[in-house]
Amino acid sequence: MNYRRLFLIWVPYIWLLALFLIPFGIVLKIALSDIALAIPPYTPKLDLSAGWESITSYFSQLDLENFIFLTEDDLYWRAYLSSLKIAVYSTIATLIVGYPIAYGMAKASPEWRPTLMMLVILPFWTSFLIRVYSWMGILSQEGYLNQFLLWTGVVSEPLVILNTNLAVYIGIVYTYLPFMVLPIYAALGKLDESLLEAAEDLGCSKSSAFWLVTIPLSKSGIIAGSFLVFIPALGEFVIPSLLGGSKTLMIGKVLWEEFFSNRDWPVASAVAVVLLLILVIPIILFQRNEQKQREQDG
Amino acid sequence: MQPSCVDLPAQWDDPNAEPLIRFEAVTKRFSSFTAIDDLTLDIFEQEFFALLGPSGCGKTTLMRMLAGFETPTEGKILLEKNDIAAVPPNKRNVNMMFQSYALFPHLSVYDNIAFGLKRSDMPKSEIGGRVDEMLRLTRLEPLAPRKPHQVSGGQRQRIALARSLAKSPKLLLLDEPLGALDKKLRQDTQFELMDIQEKTGTTFVIVTHDQEEAMTVASRVAVMDQGRIVQIATPDQIYEAPNSVYVADFIGDVNIIQGNADPQTGNVTHIHWAEGQSAIVGTASVPLSQGARCFFAIRPEKVAISVARPDDRANAIQGTVLDIAYLGNISTYHVKLASGEVIKAQTANNRRISRRSFTWEDPVWLSWTDTAGIILTE
Repeated sequence: MNYRRLFLIWVPYIWLLALFLIPFGIVLKIALSDIALAIPPYTPKLDLSAGWESITSYFSQLDLENFIFLTEDDLYWRAYLSSLKIAVYSTIATLIVGYPIAYGMAKASPEWRPTLMMLVILPFWTSFLIRVYSWMGILSQEGYLNQFLLWTGVVSEPLVILNTNLAVYIGIVYTYLPFMVLPIYAALGKLDESLLEAAEDLGCSKSSAFWLVTIPLSKSGIIAGSFLVFIPALGEFVIPSLLGGSKTLMIGKVLWEEFFSNRDWPVASAVAVVLLLILVIPIILFQRNEQKQREQDG
Repeated sequence: MQPSCVDLPAQWDDPNAEPLIRFEAVTKRFSSFTAIDDLTLDIFEQEFFALLGPSGCGKTTLMRMLAGFETPTEGKILLEKNDIAAVPPNKRNVNMMFQSYALFPHLSVYDNIAFGLKRSDMPKSEIGGRVDEMLRLTRLEPLAPRKPHQVSGGQRQRIALARSLAKSPKLLLLDEPLGALDKKLRQDTQFELMDIQEKTGTTFVIVTHDQEEAMTVASRVAVMDQGRIVQIATPDQIYEAPNSVYVADFIGDVNIIQGNADPQTGNVTHIHWAEGQSAIVGTASVPLSQGARCFFAIRPEKVAISVARPDDRANAIQGTVLDIAYLGNISTYHVKLASGEVIKAQTANNRRISRRSFTWEDPVWLSWTDTAGIILTE
């Protein structure tokens, strides 16, 4: 057996095992436990030194109670649905904003492209938290946006944007825009200009050539970008808690409150496990679709 | 070889014939660079017209102007007497086969061919029939459901051809259509192209830098250089009667000897070209003045090489064999003359190589008749 190859294969597996599977196992274990006034705040605890007996009794005490609880209280499924809605809408909004940016970058002259790329990445040089905070300064009723709108006379009363869902959308679109722009830019950069000329030559107007050639050929970038935005947006916590109002219901926020306000680790863990399952399903679907595509093309 | 040349009276020789395409004093400039320089050109219906020249000579720009991707800076391009400068590419009855083929990777072979038809006003019910017809013409029927990256290079070339022919354009533009194919496939495909051109009766304009390809497929060839057309003629005229040293040198192999004209009786002209060498006896197509500078151009295959001096030929020069390029069916001998010039002579190897009567360093005689070469003034 080739040890070198074995080593190369095992490195990523050990990495995944240590940094994903084991923590997930711990979270799942807590989700199946019961809340307790102790440190850590759940029971039963696994005591490996007490022998086989204690291990079996430990497993017998685990149950799905917390998951059943999630279905009983409508707060949770409303939070999941609301998160899904916000994630879907903000992914679409990011796509609508990001696609033209990526398109413009791909069409720009080659000497400009590195600069434009830099400008897209530049916000990452400051802390995410500070950038979200600065949106509070922009969107608040006395903020720069309202000052500007009042000054130009577009509105006579300051708009209420901060602490609404709109502010959450703005925050998500702003934060995750580079994740949408970069994969689409990569896909558009590979697009052969002569394909568009061929489409025009065969009777397409410039706009129909865009819909019939450019969009289908940047599909991979659109899908990748949408996942990169959708997945973190679904569990987003910072943006809804800073920019959203009391009515903004997102699962990330619920999770935070269960964990730190209620100190109900088992329920919080159950919320996290369900969130993970919700995210795993689209990822698996996406990968299976890719696989099928590859096999067809093969 | 070219039935259209023999059967039909050549349209380009008829002053009353209406061209399909007419370039009228067309100039195209890209900022400071002039790609096309005051060019006038007629292309007739059903022609297979080749634009031949080195890269950067403007042939691709010329073609892109026909397709509508570039507009002339000055002058007019007429398609059936209508100025097409303002007509966008998607409204022109002109289709193009791209050098890279530009097949849509996300569409099947069938959908690639149907692409143009779906954008036209052809009723949906007829599209299928037309696509099938194109698939039959290019022998692609079994590949219809495949994607372009699942077929070979030669098949991709045929898909591109079928796609550009599907809309039955008045004019089909082919940009280096065979450039991506290997030599053997290229030769087969050349004949296939000619076949398809004859079957469909479409006017073809082909851009190529490969002179052999242009000679094989085209009914007429335009040799271009630096945005101008140097000569337009049938392939045999281009080869046998080039109008300049540039054309003679660009098409095939040629020996060029520079000298001074000494006209004799009739159009027999002597050319004095080196001290101590007898004058070359040639035939001038245009009268030359005494002592005018001129070039004598002769193809290597028209120069005979022998051990003994032949006495039935007007020209005979002695030299020594410098190099032999053995190509299997023919050999090219590089013969160095006493004056230092090297003349190429080509012979068919109809004897086995071991029976060759001369080899390196051997003294040989080069000879040719008085009509074998041509005299050029520029």
